[in-house]
Order: sequence, then structure tokens, then C-alpha cells
Amino acid sequence: MTVQTPESPTGSTHEAGVAVAPQWKLVWWGFRRHRLATLGMVITAVIYLAAIFAEFLAPYSSSHYNPDYAYAPPQRLHLLDDGKFGLYVYGYKATQDRETLAQTWATDERKKVPVSFFAKGEPYKMFGLIPGDIHLIAPSAGGGSAPMYLLGADSNGHDLLSRIIHGARVSMSVGLIGVAMAFMLGIVLGGISGFFGGVVDTAIQRGVEFFMSIPTLPLWLGLAAAVPAGWGPLQRYFAVTVILSMIAWTHLARVVRSRFLSLREEDFVTAARIDGASRPRIIFRHMLPSFSSYLIASLTLSIPGMILAETSLSFLGLGLQAPVVSWGVLLQEAQNIRAIATAPWLLLPGGLVVATVLAMNFLGDGLRDAADPYKH
Amino acid sequence: MNQIPQTRQIVGSGGTTTPAVAGTVSGSPGAAPDAAEEPLLRIGGLKTHFFTSEGVLRAVDGIDLEVAKGRTLCVVGESGCGKSITARSILQLVDRPGRITEGSILWRPDATSGWVDLADLDAHGEGIRRVRGAEIGMVFQEPMASLSPMYTVGDQLIEAIQLHASISKADARERAINQLRRVGIPQPERRIDAYPFQLSGGMCQRVMIAIALSCDPSLLIADEPTTALDVTTQARILDLLKDLQEQTGMAVIFITHDLGVVAEIADDVTVMYLGKVVEHGSVTEIFTAPKHPYTQALLRSIPTVRGSSERQRLATIRGMVPHPQNRPPGCPFHTRCEHAIAGLCDTTDPPPIRFTSGHVSQCHLYGTDGELKPSTSKAGTAPVHDSAGGTASGGVVDSAPVRGSAHSAATTRPRQRPNASATVKPLLEVRDLAMHFPIKRGVLGRTSGAIRAVDGVDLTIWPGETLGLVGESGCGKTTVGRCLARVLAPTSGHIHYQTSSGETVDLARMSNRELKPYRREIRVIFQDPFSSLNPRMTLLQLVGEPLKTNELATGSVLQDRVAEMLRRVGLRPEYMHRYPHAFSGGERQRINIARALITNPRVVIADEAVSALDVSVRAQILNLLADLQDEFNLTYLFISHDLSVIEHLCERVTVMYLGQIVETARTASLYSTPHHPYTEALLNAVPLPDPGHRRGRHRHALPDDLPDPANPPPGCLFHTRCPYARPERCDFEVPALRTTVDDHVAACHFSENFSLTSTAGAKGSAGSTPRLE
Amino acid sequence: MLTYIGRRVLLMVPVLFAISVVAFVIIQLPPGDYLSTIVSQLRARGDVIDEAELAQLTARYGLNDPIFVQYLKWITQILFHGDFGMSFAWNRPVSSLLAERLPLTVLLSVTTLLFTWIVAFPIGVYSAVRQYSVGDYVATTFGFLGLAIPEFLIALVLMWIGLRYFGQSVGGLFSPEFQEAPWNLGKLLDLLAHLWVPILVLGMGGTAGLIRVLRANLLDELHKPYVVAARARGMPERRLTVRYPLRVALNPFVSTVGWVLPGLVSGEVIVAQVLNLPTAGPLLLAALKGQDMYLAGSVILVVSVLTVIGTLISDILLAWLDPRVRMRYR
Repeated sequence: MTVQTPESPTGSTHEAGVAVAPQWKLVWWGFRRHRLATLGMVITAVIYLAAIFAEFLAPYSSSHYNPDYAYAPPQRLHLLDDGKFGLYVYGYKATQDRETLAQTWATDERKKVPVSFFAKGEPYKMFGLIPGDIHLIAPSAGGGSAPMYLLGADSNGHDLLSRIIHGARVSMSVGLIGVAMAFMLGIVLGGISGFFGGVVDTAIQRGVEFFMSIPTLPLWLGLAAAVPAGWGPLQRYFAVTVILSMIAWTHLARVVRSRFLSLREEDFVTAARIDGASRPRIIFRHMLPSFSSYLIASLTLSIPGMILAETSLSFLGLGLQAPVVSWGVLLQEAQNIRAIATAPWLLLPGGLVVATVLAMNFLGDGLRDAADPYKH
Repeated sequence: MNQIPQTRQIVGSGGTTTPAVAGTVSGSPGAAPDAAEEPLLRIGGLKTHFFTSEGVLRAVDGIDLEVAKGRTLCVVGESGCGKSITARSILQLVDRPGRITEGSILWRPDATSGWVDLADLDAHGEGIRRVRGAEIGMVFQEPMASLSPMYTVGDQLIEAIQLHASISKADARERAINQLRRVGIPQPERRIDAYPFQLSGGMCQRVMIAIALSCDPSLLIADEPTTALDVTTQARILDLLKDLQEQTGMAVIFITHDLGVVAEIADDVTVMYLGKVVEHGSVTEIFTAPKHPYTQALLRSIPTVRGSSERQRLATIRGMVPHPQNRPPGCPFHTRCEHAIAGLCDTTDPPPIRFTSGHVSQCHLYGTDGELKPSTSKAGTAPVHDSAGGTASGGVVDSAPVRGSAHSAATTRPRQRPNASATVKPLLEVRDLAMHFPIKRGVLGRTSGAIRAVDGVDLTIWPGETLGLVGESGCGKTTVGRCLARVLAPTSGHIHYQTSSGETVDLARMSNRELKPYRREIRVIFQDPFSSLNPRMTLLQLVGEPLKTNELATGSVLQDRVAEMLRRVGLRPEYMHRYPHAFSGGERQRINIARALITNPRVVIADEAVSALDVSVRAQILNLLADLQDEFNLTYLFISHDLSVIEHLCERVTVMYLGQIVETARTASLYSTPHHPYTEALLNAVPLPDPGHRRGRHRHALPDDLPDPANPPPGCLFHTRCPYARPERCDFEVPALRTTVDDHVAACHFSENFSLTSTAGAKGSAGSTPRLE
Repeated sequence: MLTYIGRRVLLMVPVLFAISVVAFVIIQLPPGDYLSTIVSQLRARGDVIDEAELAQLTARYGLNDPIFVQYLKWITQILFHGDFGMSFAWNRPVSSLLAERLPLTVLLSVTTLLFTWIVAFPIGVYSAVRQYSVGDYVATTFGFLGLAIPEFLIALVLMWIGLRYFGQSVGGLFSPEFQEAPWNLGKLLDLLAHLWVPILVLGMGGTAGLIRVLRANLLDELHKPYVVAARARGMPERRLTVRYPLRVALNPFVSTVGWVLPGLVSGEVIVAQVLNLPTAGPLLLAALKGQDMYLAGSVILVVSVLTVIGTLISDILLAWLDPRVRMRYR
């Protein structure tokens, strides 16, 4: 009597492709079904790309300014010049109120400032290494010294567009590095807590609960204020990132721990132990792959909080400070109502913060939903 | 052959446990309904479909049902056959995206009123609301989850009463207490203020029944009400339902997958397969003269060899139930049917064939006169008579399929007597094994006690035998298995293992490193075929993992061995690059078996290895396990709560209760003459799949509640529930495990003085009434 | 229940201790000590330093003692005398500054919390019960936006809109004429007229979060077996929803105080700065910028303690609502 061969599992629901698809493929197929999440991923990718190639994309460097053009309003980019294709913007005409000394700006239609793609402009060093002077879009070399403010200028005549693009590099990297640090702390402590359990676990959990019960902002404010004023921009940048990572790690530690605890009890982990697998093999071959997708989703969802926190701290003047440019630093300009009234475009970095946070939330939600393709 | 369950005698008067309730045995089962008895409920052409993003799922696809007043209709089928959806459709309880698309559910609570079509009523309207709870009550599978944890059981019961009767709160409370008393809840005045999570599962199910019956409905729908409960609790809930039915004269629709339960309580039976009714008849007709090949196959695939001294192969149904989304055209069963007629069964829906006034089946094999079509054997398929063997009376197959079939008898395997002679040493000898889990309290995690999951267990496993470990949930059987596999480090005790070279080692105290060589000799098959396979690894990686970690094989050698093993457990080697998500539960269990056996182990611990599987798939796996044992000369420790599976597979059986062993004996001896009252109670609680031999109601029924394992009672652990307990001794003195006769061991002060019997007719139990002599 | 409260209060002690240590550390973080700051300040002004006073202050703060003695002196002064030290920027006792600012902070936080609950509750319930309806999509979108927009940005935009389209400033809690006035009905009404802006701004994030939480929880509960069971016994839909799933979904709602409150307090610091509110936020900010550490540390301490108390209240409320929590500590 032979054992009956069960029916082929290749019914129409299980195409051979699905049957041999590894986890990442299943996650990707699940993720693609969320349209919002896919959109979020595209936006996030665009912003990170912009941050990486900031020098090339921005018309000017972040420190380029022209005090003559304080609060110059955004210019419209014209595509057609006398019926032919030709990029240009109109120049500015400034009038000053004699009594209040306030400047008002108008478009000077007689003055055309020619603009071109891949124009030679301010020289820069890409990533601080590769020298170059080509900008994606900038006033043409032959157009004299007239500036271009596609998104307007701030009180010192900085080009807001350039500053936003350069600011993206700082704001986005703060989120990334901060989450990476929080992740280290969280995975180490959460992992220890979850793997060993017992007294160690209890102690770490109490610590985490304590951190969670403190209102975070006053705490960072206190720590940020304690950063010595004499520190340079780079030191300050790292100090702020470290402080920020203190929000995210508690949450991550909890996620890691609870996943670890539940995985430890999973039958397939027990099965691996019975198979004689060593402890590192159990952790790295069986447990880690099982929650890597959850971790990536949690990390993605932590970054927006980080970006928001950096923005808030810098906005209050306790985070990053000029000459470093971040979206929060840019928003400092918009702190008083008078500035906003004269130049509402100064709120634009805030809009970008919102767009980024939304996009990353969608992305994270989509990842989280797709993270476990095996649940039914 | 001595396979038919022996008649159990009715408890005579004067017996210590004779219940006060009249009618200990229900009337002859399956009597034809009174011709005057008009049906209460008449379902016609009901279709309930689910509109999901992946397409329409036809969960219920055109079924007809009838329930008459005072009768019990059992709807039976494997998982995914649509029986629960049918039950929910009656009360319009199907959640989105499902809805009733066609058909009628005609309801008439009494003969004077007119028919109401429940399918036409608005699911959120007043009309259906007045039927729900008032005219039709419903009980669900998960009693604990079916009660809100936020309110006391009294709150929920009183609310149910007041929904349909305008009486004051005080009166309602009075009625609620009476209702709780009626369903057998002790101290109802106190329990009425308990929260559901303070009660056991059995108690919660009683509360659910009390709520369902609070407004005296004419029909009770019970959706797998005992599936989540232990067997002794199940027995008492079934008794209760029968008592209440006698008192109130209500009709019952009982949904279950357990054919034993069906035989136990049904008057009429409807068998469902993939959203369709394949056969309907009285319980005797279904069990003695099943017509549909599916019904026949189902009945053959349940292990029932009570009293037999031989192990037989189970008849199986090939393949598995397809996903409802891929329902085959024509007769839904044709893909698995031995008698399918090509060109007919796979294209045309079979017509209903009426055999007797109440016995209908939908199958192409029969002519309109109910006779087997002569053409069937010419159609190139296996002749119906032969395949099932036996005498074909009145047409089909085997009129008493429970008795096994010719081909299965041929593969009968004599049960080995464990060889206890001096030359053979035990393979595993467990001595005084204990596993205590500390209870942590408070924020600091102080240890404030211990749950004695396993407390002083002795076991001997001989080479080549199958030892069954049986007991209710929480008895510690799984913990014993995990200690033997050294997933857990036992608190104390010894696990002496005889290595292949003949020396004896103690596994209990070994470190992980020392255990390594033995890990490949003692293997485990897990219960849950889904969680036990890492979904991120292919079959090759999964099955090859033990070879790789133990450095037994690599590369193409490993691949060849995996392929061979897969072939051996009935999976195609080509599938080795697939992931587990491409396989069904039964196939995954085959993968688990392959992984356990790839290292050529000597001992295999199977922990509830077939409990999660459907009846037909379970039979396949049990057969596979038996074949592999013969082929590889394996020793099994088979852990299960299912007494019939244990009996089918095991040569010796050990019964556990509250972390201790209460009895060990050879299977036949234990099942015919148990020497411990607990074993007897367990055996009595198991419903047999034979409507001619129903369990005596209220016999040896155990009180519901298990003692707290953190605070076990003094003396004999079982004395709090034992019907024979003598307080002067059992309450104080711990009974030792001692040999009673031959190699029969039991832990009871009075084992010799009792004539405990599960089945009358076995030797030495002329008077079956339990009594002290 | 009483046992539970007792346990819970006892649990607070180590948390409060830890908070006080953190606050003290923050006070100690900037280089130099309190006195040297004062001395340099006085020197800068060209004042004469009174040696006796200096000695007395040194003794008062125990500046020459080891650090833990300094901590002990600091905390015992606070606990037994309500003395939080001096703010040198204001040259006033910190306690009097706190007494001035804290009540308004508490008022703002509590009213915002209530506002958050009152708004989030019906929207969250509607959103779950009518899943995939237009209203649900609107609520979900709002939920996402509320999470993504920083509070200060909402405040800035509101201010800009107020100025641009209504020609008025929306900042502050009082009109100029009531700023220094004693409390009377007119001042109270004026306060109420101004309060809605910060409440709206502050409540936005919390409301959005709560809607998401309530919706998700309720959606989970709506399909639980006990809901089907209750429906099967003929419970009318509306009553069923309110009594069964909603009751369970309320628990996380109540326990969110634990994260809503710290969020509110944090948000308050920034928003108060932007809207120019006379609350503790701007006080803290100014103190931090000016390294007025006794004031800063005290504000952090008090605000954190208030948060912990808020969490305690929510835990007690949860135990009162949920028998499972209550019974666990029987």
C-alpha cells in the first residue's frame, strides 16, 4: 500500500509563481495594491533624491543672498518668449514708502531675465567632493546679475527655493540618522529585554515606561538648551540628532521586544531549536527575517515624528541654528506675524514638512499592512 | 471482529450517580418524524455569497433544509463546507461582504401563524429583531468570546430577557437566576454577578445557553457549541441540551464536524460539502445506509476500533476540500470521488434522489428509483461495490462502513505487545519528572507561587512501540512532550535515554551543547501545521535544516535526501523550492513529518499532530504515520486529547490529570476496564459514531471545573470531581501509582474495589453500575 | 478598586523620583553653578557683591556640598517649603512665577483635552460604523492631516488668516485692556473669547490621533463574536453598538490620556510661544534660552509631575470602566 499523493497544490489560487515567491516579493505585491502608499513612496523618493543632489538642483547655494531683494515675492516662470520657446522671468521694481520705509515689490515687465536649464552658475562641490558649476535651472550666464526668486526671498534676500532644497538635506538626514540611532538603542535594549526576559526585561521595561511618561518636548528643550553655545554647526547637528533619537527609541524598543517575545514562542523557532540550530542561527536565520519587515515599517513611521521634532526645535531656536539650513531653521523667519503678513511664502517650508510627513506616513502604513504576507 | 462498540448499560437504580432527571436514554434515535408534524423552518435554494476583491465566494450555494418541531437536525461537514454560514444566514447574521443572494428561509413558530420569509427581512430591521432571541435562539462556538467582558453574565442575561419581555428589572433578575439554575450553574445567586472571564469555558457555554433559551424559543441554533470544550465538558453540555429539549419541546439545529456528536444527539442529519447538501436523512439512515460517496467516505475515515486488539488502516478520501473559490463544476465532490463518472459528474449537477421519505442524496450513481445505475461500472470507473468491499445491500457500497472495508482489513497490523523481557531495555525512561512554572506578580515580577504543570511523572517507552499520552487541556501532557524534546528544561527528575550504542544518558540535566547529538534522534511533530513552518523558507531549506545544522549533509546530497523524504511522505520532490504558503494544512503536516524524519530519528514525539486537521485529511496523516513507523522502525510518543485517535494508533496509553499520571495500561485493557475513575469518566464522555449505541446520559458526568493548577487540592488530585471519592481517605492521602493487574498501573486507592467499566460486556464487569464492593 | 488605586499611587513614587532627578540634572547641566552666574551678572552691572549674602546663598543651595546633598537640599526645599529657588532673570522666586503661569497652563491643557474627546468621539464612532462612507473618508483624511501638520504651523496659518482677512490679531489670552485687570466677569468672557484659538490649534493633533485610534479599535470590536451573539439575541443595532463594541473601544480612548497629555504639554510650549500666551511654555523657553536654570528645571519638574498625575487619573478611570483591569488587582 503506497501513500496517496495528495492533490497538486497548484490550484488556480496558487500559481507556480506565487508558490516559489520569497517574502520580499509577497510584501512587494501586497504593497503595490495600496495606491496611497505607492504615491507616498514616490514622493519620499523624490524628496530624498532632491536632498542628495541639492547642489545641482538648487539655483544658488544656501548662503547666497542679496540684501537688495529682501522679501522679494515669487516670480512666474515664463515659457514662451514672443511665440517661441524661451525661458525668462520678469525683473523687480521696488518702491519704498517714505514714512514707513516698507518696501513694496512690483513686476517690471520691461526687464526680462533669461533663465536656462543646466546653466552655469555658482560653483559648488557635490557632496563636498565633486566640483561643478552646472545647476538644473538658473539665470543664464549672459543675463547680468539680476537674480531669480521662483519661490520668493526672505528678509536677507536668500532664494527660498534654493534654501528649501538645501534644507531638505539636513531635515531629511536628521530624521534618518536620528531613527538609525534610536533603532540601535531600541533594538539592543528591546532585543536584550525580549530575549532574556526575567529581571532584565522588567528593569528595561520600567525604564521605557518612565521615558514615555515624561512630556518629551520640555525634556528635549532642556537638553537642547544645555548644548554649549560654542559648539560648531556639525557638533550641534549631532547633538540635536542624539536628543531627537530619544523620542523614538522607547517606541522602537517596545516594538522589538514584543515581536521578539512572541517570536520566541512561535512553533517554528522551537522547531529550529529541536533541529539543533545554534543560538545565532536561530536569531539571524529564523527570528530576524521574520520581523525585518515590521521593523522597516516601524522605522519608516518613526521618521516623520523625527522630522517634525527637528522642525519644532529649530523653529524655537533651540535646535539647529544658522548658518545650517533646515526647514525648521527656515521657518524661524516666519515666527513673527509681521513677516508672514509681508511674505506669506515664508510658510512654504512648513508645507513641505507636511507633505513629507504625510508621504512617509502613507508609505509606512502601506509597508505595515503588507509586512506580513502570510496572515489570513 | 470485535470492533462494534459494546452496548453501554443503562445505569440501574441505586447507583451512586443515577441522576434524578427522568429518561436517561433518549427515545429510539432517528424515528421518522410524525407525519402531522409540520416543519418550523423550511430553507429553499438558499445562496449566501461573499463578494470579495478576489471574486465571488459561494459559501452556501443553493441548499434546502427542513426542521420539524421538537427534532434535532445535525448539519455536518468539514471546514469550509458552509455549515456555519448557513446557520448565520437563518438569522441574517452574515457580515459584509457576504449576503444572501437567493432563496427563501420560511419560518413558522407555530402552526397557527403564517410563514415568514426571514431571507426577505431587512437585516437591521425590526422584523428580524423580533425573531432573533425570541423565536430562534443561537449558541456559538467560542463561549468566552461570545460574552462581552465588560458586563456581568447577569447583566447580559437580564438584558436578553428584557429585550423580548416587558417585565421589571427585579423580575428579570429573578428569572435570570432561575435560568442559570436551569442550565446547571451552581450557586446562581452568586454567579449572576460574575464576569465572563471569571468563569470556565463550560460555564460560559451554559450562560450562553441560558441566554439563548431565556425567551423560550421554538428553535435553537447551536453552531459547534462544544468544539472548544474538553470532552467531559462537552458530554455535560450535550446532556444539558437534550434535557432542555425534552422540557421545552424546542427544535435544535446543531452544527458540528464531529460525527460522534452527530450520532449522539441527532434525529436527522444533513451532510454538506462545499456549500451544497449532498445527503439528508434520519440519523440511522445516514449511519447505517449512507448513499453519497462523500458520506460513506467520511464515516469510514473516522478511527473507531474500540475493543479491538489490532490496528487497521483508515479508509481515506484522496486530496482535500478545495477552496470554495475553486469549486469544481458539476458535482462538487467529483474531484475526490472514487466513483466519479467522467463526462457526467464533472459537468452536470447531480439530481436529488429520494431513497425513503426522508432520505435524499444528490449523486449521479443512482437512478431515480434509488437503485445503483447499472451503467456506473461500465463507465470505466472503479465498480462501486468492490472499492468499498463488504456486502452491498440494496445498492451501494457498504451499509455499515464503520466496520471497515475489505482492503483495509488486509492491512491490519497486529498490535505489538511491548516487549518487557529482560533482554530489551526501555528506550526512554522518565523518572519523577517535574516542570514548575513560576507565577510572577506585581511590577517587580516577584515569584508568588508555581504552576505545577508536570509534577512527578514516570514514563517508560519501549523501542518500537507507540505510547499514547492523553488528558484534558491543562493536564500537562504537552509540557511532558516538551521536556522530553528538551525544549524546556525540567525543574527536576530524570530522562534516561538509551543511546544507539547501548549506554544510558540522562537528558534532563544536559546543556544545549551536550544535547546536540541526541537532537537528531528525538524529533517532534507539531500540532499547528501553520505556525510550525517558517514561512520564509522553502521546503528544501525547511526539511534540510536539521541536516545542515547537524552537518549531516550538504549540497546535492542534502537535496537528494530531501527529495527522497518528500516523496516518502507523499509530496512531489519538484515542490522543494516552494514556500509553505503554497500548501494546505494536511500537506504542511506532511512537511512537518518529513522534517522530523529526515535525520533518521529513533523517537518521534507527535504533539496533537492531527488535531488541527479535517476528518478526511486526518485519516491520511494517521495512515502515513503508521506506515512510516513500520518502515523506519520508529518509536512514537503520541500526545492527544482525542481518545479515538489514541486508541487507533497506540499500543499503550498513559492518562494524565493535573500534571500527574493517573493510569497507564495497554490500550485494549485501558479502554475496556479502566482502573481509575478519571479514565472511566473520560471514556464515558466520548460520543461514539454509532447512533445505535448512545452514551447513557448523565453517567459519570464530571463537575465542570478543574482545580487551580497553582493550588492543587490535597490528597488525591481527582477527589474534588470523583464520583466515588471517600472523603475520609481520598481527601488526605495521596494515592500512589501502583500495578493493579499485569502491566496495568493506576493511582487510585480503590482501583481493585471498583468495577469501573467504560463498556459493558468486557470481562469482569457484569454489573456495570459503578459501586464499591 | 481601592487596592488598585493604592498600588497605582505607590508605583508613581519611583517615577516622580526619577523625574525630579532628571530636572535636577538639567539644572546642573550648563557649565558653572547658579551663584557664579549671579556673581558674573552682578559684576557685569557693576554692583558690589555682598560677601555675607553670597555665603548665605552658598549655604542655602549647598553649593560646596557633594552633588547628591545638593539634590537633597533642593528637593526638600521644594517638598516641604514649596521653595523652587530663585529666577535670576526675573529676580523673583520661581514659585511665584509658577503660581502666575501654571493655572492657565492647566486650564488650557484640560479644556483642550476635553475638546479633543468631545470632537474625536462622535467622529471616530461615525467613521467606524459607516466605514468607507464619504464621512469616513473625510474623517480619515483629517486624521492624516492632523498628524502631519505641526501645531505651530497651524497657529501661524491661523494668525496669518486672521490678520489678512479679518484684520485682527488672534494671539494672546486676553485683550490688552484686561491684561493687568483683576478677575471679573468681563475678563472671564474675554478669556473665553480668546481661548478657542489655542484650543483649536492644540487640539488638532490629538483629535486626529484619537479619531484614528477610536476608529481602528471600534472596527476591531465590531466583528467580535460577542457582537454577533448580542445581535443574535435581538438587540437593536444602535443600542448594540453603544453598549457592546463601543464600551470596549472606550478603554483605549481613556488610556490615550497617557500620550495625549504629554503631547499637549509639549505642543503647548511651542504654540504658546507663537500665539504669545501667558502660560508656562514661553516662560520655560525664555528660561532655557537665558540659562535661567532653576526656573527651567522647575517648570520641567512641575509640568512632568502634572502629566504623571494626569496619567494616573486616566488609569484609575480605565480601571473603573474595565472590569478586567479592576479584577486583576483584586
